[in-house]
Amino acid sequence: MFSNFDFGVIIRTLPYLFYEGMTFTLMLTGLAALGGLVFGTAIALMRLSGYKVLGRIAGVYVDFMRSLPLVLVIFWFYFLVPYIGQWVTGASRPISVGAFASSLITFIMFEAAYFSEIMRAGIQSISRGQPAAANALGLTYAQTMRYVVLPQAFRNMLPVLITQTIVLFQDTSLVYVLSITDFLGAASKVAQRDGRLVEMYLFAAIVYFTISCVASFGVRRLQARIAIIR
Amino acid sequence: MIEISHVDKWYSPSFQVLTDCTTSVSKGEVVVVCGPSGSGKSTLIKCVNALEPFQKGDISVDGTKVNDPKTNLPKLRSRVGMVFQHFELFPHLKIIDNLCLAQQKVLDRSRDKAMVKGMQLLERVGLKEQAQKYPANLSGGQQQRVAIARALAMDPIVMLFDEPTSALDPEMVSEVLDVMVDLAHEGMTMMVVTHEMGFARKVANRVIFMDRGEIVEDAPKDDFFGKPRSDRAQKFLSKILSH
Ligand SMILES: Nc1ncnc2c1ncn2[C@@H]1O[C@H](COP(=O)(O)OP(=O)(O)OP(=O)(O)O)[C@@H](O)[C@H]1O
Ligand SMILES: [Mg+2]
Repeated sequence: MFSNFDFGVIIRTLPYLFYEGMTFTLMLTGLAALGGLVFGTAIALMRLSGYKVLGRIAGVYVDFMRSLPLVLVIFWFYFLVPYIGQWVTGASRPISVGAFASSLITFIMFEAAYFSEIMRAGIQSISRGQPAAANALGLTYAQTMRYVVLPQAFRNMLPVLITQTIVLFQDTSLVYVLSITDFLGAASKVAQRDGRLVEMYLFAAIVYFTISCVASFGVRRLQARIAIIR
Repeated sequence: MIEISHVDKWYSPSFQVLTDCTTSVSKGEVVVVCGPSGSGKSTLIKCVNALEPFQKGDISVDGTKVNDPKTNLPKLRSRVGMVFQHFELFPHLKIIDNLCLAQQKVLDRSRDKAMVKGMQLLERVGLKEQAQKYPANLSGGQQQRVAIARALAMDPIVMLFDEPTSALDPEMVSEVLDVMVDLAHEGMTMMVVTHEMGFARKVANRVIFMDRGEIVEDAPKDDFFGKPRSDRAQKFLSKILSH
């Protein structure tokens, strides 16, 4: 059945697929997750701050981001960022932003909305006695968050955060709309060039599937361990 | 040391939890606060270090007004030790780090100094061997002794206790009370919400009885146990002393 297929093309293009494609994908995933976590935590803190205005701004942001298709955000942001940059810096021409920087910023902003909801749930899962005890010792609000509440919230939410990162890992493939050479982009370029669509897309699917599966399995192990520690 | 005068507090416009509470705790004094569940004991003691705000009246600790917006609350709180019903140790930190955190971050002590102080206090409450463990690995009584040591590590000028033994299994109550009795004998100023009347008899100078947000009795220990003047206090005492 596979007689018409040439799976050798995969072997021949492996270095290209992984060194260029997968490196980009993993870098984008890692940096976007990190940035999303930092900004998401800030948004979560805004929502829980008790300042109505701050909370509203954060809430609107989250709802806005969550009601847009990611692929549209990527697309629009790529075209808009140069103009926003021009407006911010007051330059005379649109600022040219690389495809990587543009997609990274997009993913950070987009993921921040999701990570903020996770961190919010994590912070709310900490009993009120914990910040009270920290305050009673003289820790300031910032110190209480930094040393007492956030580490516990992060630990409790780690499995969910990783699961969201796996989704992010798959979602990064959407940067194909900017013709970027991420892993899927690399595979599809080879597929077009050599006319090996089935082979390349099959291989890409297997790679995404395997990595996601292994990571999910890791999450389950982690969950079991956290359950024991508690 | 603690001056509470005419404090009113509402949790909502229709729910007044404290009504005209006035009392004081002098330096070196041990004052026990008791009363039925929901009478506002926890709320009152949390007002003392401003964990709870209140709408009317004044509270001052060592001359510093707690309800003055200009007061540096973290600084004030660092000098007021507090022990909670549910211990509230930080579960993600080792025992020794529970004792070091605020010393280092609030008092700016060096790690070494904080460690020395922490180990001294752990030894004092008989838990030196547990220093490297996590709170979850300790019994309730041990955790509460760590919580007391954690508060003492800040060199507080006064200690507040909110039902420190009521979440403990009966066989662990005395190990915690022993630490508190020692502390009282050393002259620590203490305000203690508790129903342990044995403790009150042993070390209290005064006993305050609260009911429905009011301070109904505020009397020297011997007077309180000799002849509580209000019906409500009498009823309460007979209830908790009968078992
Ligand atoms: N954060 C809060 N918001 C609204 N009501 C509260 C809050 N905390 C306590 N209350 C209510 O205030 C009243 C007094 O509570 P408080 O905890 O001070 O009582 P307590 O004397 O310490 O009782 P217990 O012996 O059960 O600890 C109770 O009716 C309680 O339900
Ligand atoms: Mg209480």
